[in-house]
Amino acid sequence: MALILSDEQQMLHDSAKSFIQERSPVSALRELRDRGEEWSAELWAGMAEMGWTGITVPEEYGGLEFGHVGAGLVLEECGRTLASSPLLSSSFVCAALISALGNERQKETLLPAIASGETILTLALSENDRFDPLAVATTAVRDTDGYVLDGRKMHVLDGGVASKLIVVARTGGEPGDNSDLTLFIVECDDDAIQVARKLNVDSRQVADVRFEAARVDSDALLGEPGAAWQQLERALDIGAVLSAAELLGLAQEAFERTLDYLKDRKQFGVPVGSFQALQHRAAQLFCELELCKSAVLKALQAIDEDQPERSRLASMAKAKMAKTAKLAVNEAVQMHGGVGMTDEYDIGFFMKRAAAACQEYGDFYYHADRFARLGKY
Amino acid sequence: MVNLEDFRQETRAWLEENCPASMRRPIKSDKDQCWGGRNWVFENEDQKLWLERMAERGWTAPQWPTEYGGGGLSREEAKILQQEMARIVARRPLESFGIDMLGPALFKFASEKQKQRFIPQIIRGEIRWCQGYSEPNAGSDLASLQTRAEDKGDHYLVTGSKVWTSYADKADWIFCLVRTDFEAPKHLGISFLLFDMASPGVSTKPIKLISGSSPFCETVFDNVKVPKENLVGELNKGWDIAKYLLTHEREMIGGFGLSRAGSKPLGHTAVRAIGTKNDCLADGGLRADIADFEIDEMAFALTVERVVDEAKAGQGTGAASSVLKLYGTELNKARNELLMSIGGSGALPWGGDDKTTLAQHWLRSKGNSIEGGSSEIQLNIIAKRILGMPS
Repeated sequence: MALILSDEQQMLHDSAKSFIQERSPVSALRELRDRGEEWSAELWAGMAEMGWTGITVPEEYGGLEFGHVGAGLVLEECGRTLASSPLLSSSFVCAALISALGNERQKETLLPAIASGETILTLALSENDRFDPLAVATTAVRDTDGYVLDGRKMHVLDGGVASKLIVVARTGGEPGDNSDLTLFIVECDDDAIQVARKLNVDSRQVADVRFEAARVDSDALLGEPGAAWQQLERALDIGAVLSAAELLGLAQEAFERTLDYLKDRKQFGVPVGSFQALQHRAAQLFCELELCKSAVLKALQAIDEDQPERSRLASMAKAKMAKTAKLAVNEAVQMHGGVGMTDEYDIGFFMKRAAAACQEYGDFYYHADRFARLGKY
Repeated sequence: MVNLEDFRQETRAWLEENCPASMRRPIKSDKDQCWGGRNWVFENEDQKLWLERMAERGWTAPQWPTEYGGGGLSREEAKILQQEMARIVARRPLESFGIDMLGPALFKFASEKQKQRFIPQIIRGEIRWCQGYSEPNAGSDLASLQTRAEDKGDHYLVTGSKVWTSYADKADWIFCLVRTDFEAPKHLGISFLLFDMASPGVSTKPIKLISGSSPFCETVFDNVKVPKENLVGELNKGWDIAKYLLTHEREMIGGFGLSRAGSKPLGHTAVRAIGTKNDCLADGGLRADIADFEIDEMAFALTVERVVDEAKAGQGTGAASSVLKLYGTELNKARNELLMSIGGSGALPWGGDDKTTLAQHWLRSKGNSIEGGSSEIQLNIIAKRILGMPS
């Protein structure tokens, strides 16, 4: 497939841009933060109205079935204004798992609710500070007509707004194995689990979740016991590439704001952007961003086309994007000079969000290592 | 429109039939690359045959119009031809600055008479061209060039010297930037001339590089008579042609950043040389650097693909050539650095005349980010023309 957007994708991109710019500019994030809130239910309702919550959900379950390139375009625009929403966790990653592994009952009840934005799910996977999806130690032991969960999940994205969790647990084997991984759909308000919310540097909340002899019924199972890895890996690829798409918007916006600043700010009687030391750094960053655009688009297409290279492309895209986003926000703050350090200027928000988004679904080091492994070295 | 799948089948069959077996082997030395021209000594009969057969169909310049002897292929067909050639590891029948650089400029700026005269010769590989751009005192500041062409009524008299003229000692003709207005601002007094390197007054001297090879020359013009009909485009408007041509050159050099067809990924080469430990390359630091490089390499190859796709869809930025030139050449240098690290002391040997070693390729790659406009010049172009940063 050509590495350009179709007319429909271009239209979606344009409408996403104008919606987000109008409904959730960076100032909206500042207001939420100052009020101590994580997200805006009103924005979420607007996103649902736009159909974004169902963009990857099959039509027969109330979605648009528009594909992951479309989801990426929406998140790219969210990245530009740092708009916070559970789109990635619920509508894209959890929807992918339920579409792939759910039984008819689960699909019929959950997918339309995800697509309408009414129900928010998130994935409870990590048990470590550094992303390592196979390190799952949480156990699920068979009980008479259900399972008993024991363990602790960390850094659960959107853990403060989700009403249900897809929990990754082990029905056998050892941490590090890709066999014996099993998924369960669990209610957050279940008395048997404890959800502790934490505020992160990017003003978003994540949750730590504890399961102490938490009993779940057999119908909480998502997919066959012990056989989750293949689809979980695919969902994590989706998460990685879409998080790269968000970072693409974030990095481009940080770059463009910095470029405007360099043209505007005068020192020594001239715009500082006339200095070659800064021009060359800006030009270098522009090149890196051009590479990122190609990398992210290709990786998104690979998901929609189910290409055999999907995982390697996903790791390539997230690694390249994470590295470039860090460069972009570091250059942005440095080139803004003193005002870049002030809370009053928005540019610092970009650095904070980039730090968190780089970690989500694996950072540069995780994906560079995986890229090498998949390349057999 | 011809069905593309039919075209592929026909092309495949034709290549099977017509590409000699010895032209289906990877290029090992300079002699394996055919440059054509009046003085070319074919390495063997196959090399000659392969050039003739491809030129006959216009497939040395697949997308050029048939009325000048080109292949007349569409972009899609040309891509298929390239894929089918890669499939059997067929060599390019002709390396040519005429095709890669001069031709596109002739199509855009030359008179019909000039096109009729020069383009068919380029396609058939009968004339080997060199490029007379840089001068001893005009490198990155190319427009300050001083080679003079004085109007002598029915001809120009050219005097001056050029440097870094690729293969000038082997070339038949030169496309050359000369100053024709000595009072005008530097960009506005330059013209674009074509002339025969066998003309009286032309002399060349190869420059030996750190890699031991001598692909470049110093070229001196001492009162060289050039017929006026050899002026391309308008008098004193040569800088426009120069810029246009540099864009093509940048794209060509930027292509160095793409790994060669059929070459193994760096990670694979490293595993063969160093071995693995726990399924990973045994040297962890090198492994991380190789992964970093291969990620960039893949993203770059995709960017080349995207630029082509955008151009096809009429969305091109036009300024992409600087990005590709800059990134491609820096990647090629990085690749060579990593190959040297993978090879260790085993990468140090110096080759003889018939063999270019890893170390020599590594040394040669250093020139990639200097020739055709240095990386710093590309950064200037990006900052000013694309990003609109102030002077």
